[in-house]
Amino acid sequence: MREIAIIAYHQTPMVRDAGAKNDVELVMEAVQAAKDQIGFTKDDIEFTCSGSCDYLGGAAFAFVGALDALGAVPPISESHVEMDAAWALYEAWLKMQTGHFNTALIYGFGKSSHGPMHEVLALQLDPYYTQPLWPDQISMAALQARAMMDAGKITEKQMAEVVAKSRQHAKANPNAQLKGDYTVEQLLAEPTLSSPLRKHDCPPITDGASALILATRDVAEKVLAGTGKRPVYITGIDHRIESHQLGTRDLTTSMSTRIAGEKAGVKKGKVDIAELHAPFSHQELLLKEALGLDDSTVINPSGGPLAGNIFMSAGLDRIGAVATRIMNGEANRGVAHATSGACLQQNLVAVLEGK
Amino acid sequence: MGNPCAIVGIGQTERYKSKIKKSMAGLVREAAQNALNDAGCTWADIDAVIIGKAPDFFEGVVMPELYLADALGCVGKPMLRVHTAGSVGGSTAIVAASYIQSGMFNRVLTLAYEKQSESNAMWALSSQQPFSPHLNAGAGGFFAPIIREYMRRTGAPDDIGCKVALKDRRHALKNPHAHMHEPEENLDLDKYMAAMMLWEPLRFSEVCPSSDGACAMVLCNEDLAKKAPNKPAWIHGTAMRSEPTMYPWREEVNPQAGIDCAKDVYSQAGITNPRKELDMAEVYVPFSWYEPMWLENLGFADVGEGWKLTDSGATSLDQGGDIPWNCSGGVLSTNPIGASGMIRFAESALQVRGMAGDRQVPGAKKALGHAYGGGAQFFSMWIVGSDKP
Repeated sequence: MREIAIIAYHQTPMVRDAGAKNDVELVMEAVQAAKDQIGFTKDDIEFTCSGSCDYLGGAAFAFVGALDALGAVPPISESHVEMDAAWALYEAWLKMQTGHFNTALIYGFGKSSHGPMHEVLALQLDPYYTQPLWPDQISMAALQARAMMDAGKITEKQMAEVVAKSRQHAKANPNAQLKGDYTVEQLLAEPTLSSPLRKHDCPPITDGASALILATRDVAEKVLAGTGKRPVYITGIDHRIESHQLGTRDLTTSMSTRIAGEKAGVKKGKVDIAELHAPFSHQELLLKEALGLDDSTVINPSGGPLAGNIFMSAGLDRIGAVATRIMNGEANRGVAHATSGACLQQNLVAVLEGK
Repeated sequence: MGNPCAIVGIGQTERYKSKIKKSMAGLVREAAQNALNDAGCTWADIDAVIIGKAPDFFEGVVMPELYLADALGCVGKPMLRVHTAGSVGGSTAIVAASYIQSGMFNRVLTLAYEKQSESNAMWALSSQQPFSPHLNAGAGGFFAPIIREYMRRTGAPDDIGCKVALKDRRHALKNPHAHMHEPEENLDLDKYMAAMMLWEPLRFSEVCPSSDGACAMVLCNEDLAKKAPNKPAWIHGTAMRSEPTMYPWREEVNPQAGIDCAKDVYSQAGITNPRKELDMAEVYVPFSWYEPMWLENLGFADVGEGWKLTDSGATSLDQGGDIPWNCSGGVLSTNPIGASGMIRFAESALQVRGMAGDRQVPGAKKALGHAYGGGAQFFSMWIVGSDKP
């Protein structure tokens, strides 16, 4: 396995509504800033891969326009996944493993303020049996939270603790949308949105984009020499999917996260920090258990998806958030997780190390 | 390029049609099962699934891979969904190849599909982007002015487009999977020229149909390829290129991204003269005139001379041409958009495996699979051979 490192990462502010700023402008800001961190120009990038979703903008080919942000003249080697950009990173990582490329740019973007996000996601479901019922994303997550409570795995108080911790962590994150000091009592006094979920148990609608740059060890060491930053190596990465039919899954656990975590080697060393792509508060508790993390690991030090959730890039942002801390020497080994689909149907786990 | 990668299984929808009365899950399952049968393996033998399709709007399902995970036996396995516009079928196969070439996986299933009968593809491709003027009605409306420019530059006779369409529709009669099997009496140049004009200069007879269908392949490493029941095809090169839809000085008739992509894939496969060294090509030609245009873009003919190859019958299997293009009938005879690129890639592999039935080019050893998408700005290509590179 070739050693591949993260050498740059940038995220735009995670705002509720980016206004007239379009996808191209958001991507341009993220990509340019990531390249500027290490003095790269577009000629230093050998492969580019992105993640986005056409349904956010309401038109086919969101990624085609985004190409305008890259200055792809002369033409570039480029690919796209209609998935969270964490999977774009996975594709780029595989291509680098073939030995064909030594550097790669990954970006993801989402402008969720355009439409009714949680209803749009009902269109992710089985088109014949489930979609016609229009179960929105929040209601499905609520079913999962209720199942966990009924199984005695979590309490509403624990969910509120996740939210309070997220907003407290987010105070140190200038890009975060929701932050501040909240007590569990304050949060539990709020009305429910879709029982047992309260509004703060759900991710905020977010506009933004992020970009990340990968390089082989040779390139990474050269680029970061003398900058005070260190390359962050991807020492394990794996992803798994599970059944689409909610009725056939045990919603209180995550088989796919558990397998991906084992394959990625989460338990091969101490986990200093973990960024978990848990759009809903109860999912953080579920993922923590599936990955076998204990209280010695700081979870979502950036505030996580509850503080800002760029749909289609929030998974890549977890990888970027862990990498930034390791790059700066605040942690040595961390775990990043990304998810896709209703109630955590598909999950990716990456282990990142500074060495 | 990494470790050697072989194609050991190919499966397609039994017969592509304008409306297949099956669920999307049923549609993909059929093609995948056919590929597994060819590869002599079962669902349990597959390490990962890489799926591609064109815009989600076509079927009204956001990220349909989530829904298709069960039908494709993915539960507990890795699944990736590629989307690179019309080139996606080709790009998906290339991404799948990197699973094997990286040495991280031993055997993977790759599949691309479209079920266009779920919606109206022309209007799904004509949606207005936020903050942008609404420019065109369907892909044909976008490409017609570019084709007119090709005709102006080259002075090619008006009937070249119809000749391409006739050639491909005749090829389609040899392919049991092809959507369009026109009655012999309709395959007539006068009739093709008299057809209704859709987007001047494109007639109804010169454009692709709207199809339902899926195409799948099983890719594996060298060890497993040796144990496969049928002869494998080997990947000799893969390349992808992208450029923006519009920019000043962009060459739209002969796009730079296509030229660069071909150059890259030829250099990997050690090809200097594609017309001589390749035995056939499956090239994405959804509108007739794109055959002469791509003949030039891909280096089979000098700039301005592509139409002469078509006119001479060089690209026709029926006329014994030296470089048959689209023996399957091509996109002009079958177009489930997201799958069309993979069908090109799969048909080129079938040829070098010697398993192309009536549409087989005798003794084919090396072939090109090609796909393009967007405003002729996304390209994916592979070269496959009967021998391991």
